[in-house]
Amino acid sequence: MKEDNLNIKDPVLSIRNLSVAYDKGSYAVKDVSADIKRNAVTAIMGPSGCGKSTMLRAINRMHELYENIETKGSLILNGKDITDMPTIQLRRMAGMVFQRPNPFPTLSIYDNVIAGYKLNGIRLKKKERDDVVERSLRDVTLWDEVKDTLHKKGTFLSGGQQQRLCIARALAFDPEVILLDEPTSALDPVATSKIEDLLVKLKENYSILMVTHNMSQAARISDYSMFMYLGELVEYGKTKDMFTNPKDRRTEEYLTGKFG
Amino acid sequence: MNSAAKITAANLSRRTLKDKLFKGLVLFLSLITISPIVLIIYKLVEKGYRQISLNFIIKTPPNTFEAMTAVSNGELIPGGIANGITGTLLMVVLASVISIPVGVITGIYLYENPGKPLANLTRNISDILQGVPSIVLGLIAYMWIVKPITSGFSALAGSVSLSIMMLPMIVRSTEETLKMIPQSIKEAAVALGVPYYKVILRVLIPTGFSGLLTGILLGISRILGETAPLMLTALGSSVINLDITKPTSAIPLLIWEFYNDPNMVDLIWSSSLLLMGMVLTLNLVSKRIAARTK
Repeated sequence: MKEDNLNIKDPVLSIRNLSVAYDKGSYAVKDVSADIKRNAVTAIMGPSGCGKSTMLRAINRMHELYENIETKGSLILNGKDITDMPTIQLRRMAGMVFQRPNPFPTLSIYDNVIAGYKLNGIRLKKKERDDVVERSLRDVTLWDEVKDTLHKKGTFLSGGQQQRLCIARALAFDPEVILLDEPTSALDPVATSKIEDLLVKLKENYSILMVTHNMSQAARISDYSMFMYLGELVEYGKTKDMFTNPKDRRTEEYLTGKFG
Repeated sequence: MNSAAKITAANLSRRTLKDKLFKGLVLFLSLITISPIVLIIYKLVEKGYRQISLNFIIKTPPNTFEAMTAVSNGELIPGGIANGITGTLLMVVLASVISIPVGVITGIYLYENPGKPLANLTRNISDILQGVPSIVLGLIAYMWIVKPITSGFSALAGSVSLSIMMLPMIVRSTEETLKMIPQSIKEAAVALGVPYYKVILRVLIPTGFSGLLTGILLGISRILGETAPLMLTALGSSVINLDITKPTSAIPLLIWEFYNDPNMVDLIWSSSLLLMGMVLTLNLVSKRIAARTK
């Protein structure tokens, strides 16, 4: 990786020599190190199969759901190694939003927002619950659209609304960092631009790490960008700098559409 | 140019004819497929409807003499099949209580460990179990329950043989239903830090609930009409019995008994009508539930 001298102070997340292998020896992420800035949007770009989603999911220890995935290196979230935390605590601190909107089909809009509390058996008073639901839905600008239908199933919403509901579900835990895995790739342009506006607004209170295969999206909303290729972090810098003056030939070729 | 056009026209009419013939054949074969069920229901209703009344549901069967008198006087046969209805319900409920938990848990195990040797073995054995003749299951329940446990024919033994019949259907439908739930739903729950057993109990099972229910209802409708295993286990009873350690009647057993008594012929048809009605209802309900989930 080219040295960028980013010198990010008090990072929300430090990735240190992270490698992830699906089968023994074949690494999808190779020795990646980076510091993620607080209260900023950081985009991870790269062609399909470059390891960007794999890296993102490692931060939430999502890989523990599957066997035979080997993770090396360390991830320090808010000064603490994530492997030292119970998964419930880690996942409260690092909320995740997926490529396709995935609200729980059996739960209402209201229950979807507080699903993290409900499913973990964390009891809240009615007032607290109402507050969490309203705050989270207001944060994702969904409140006015659904406040009269809170007890309808979440799956009745449009795709874009469902994705905002899923972001609200992640926000309900008041996380340190929100991990988004191509959150708009299944949405139409209007819904996409709503989510993009929302992410820019959310960085006031949250740190956002987003995988995207859409370069113009990264250029529009991110403060920092990573470019990954074949599992390696090729370049990491301020988005403005990277798009105007990429330091690596591969980054330049990707940004100018020569591959990817 | 002209002749080429003619050939095309001839071709076209031949194709149209072929198409019509094929459509006709498909329609004809479809009619053949649906005709048995239509004829069965028609026959059952035609022959059985007269006996169906409140008494038919709340009274036990008459003895041969009563039936003979009624038939020779040209009256309806008195009494009903209350002992069969209660016996069938008792054994179906008990069989469900045994096979649903075992089947659902086994199905979850198969879903969670798709490639493991034990899971493959379990899946294969479950498939083989589905093909075991029901009379053999009756024999097994006779050896396991009738002789050593209830020391006599019993509803419990009948339920055990029926539950073994239901088990593979529930295992399979649980596994298939869970497989149909998108991985993303599971990941959504895991990403919220939900422990894995709760993901299964509180997310996967509720999400696939209607699929599970469909499998269970189809399993019940499969065992409702089973006769052979019950002959070796529940035996039959002329009175209403709710004690699971005692011989018990069931609707299909009564149909068999009526068949062996020339005076009871009319009751065969009405009992069959009732049984068919129950099976059809369960099938339709489960189809509705399945359709609603898609």
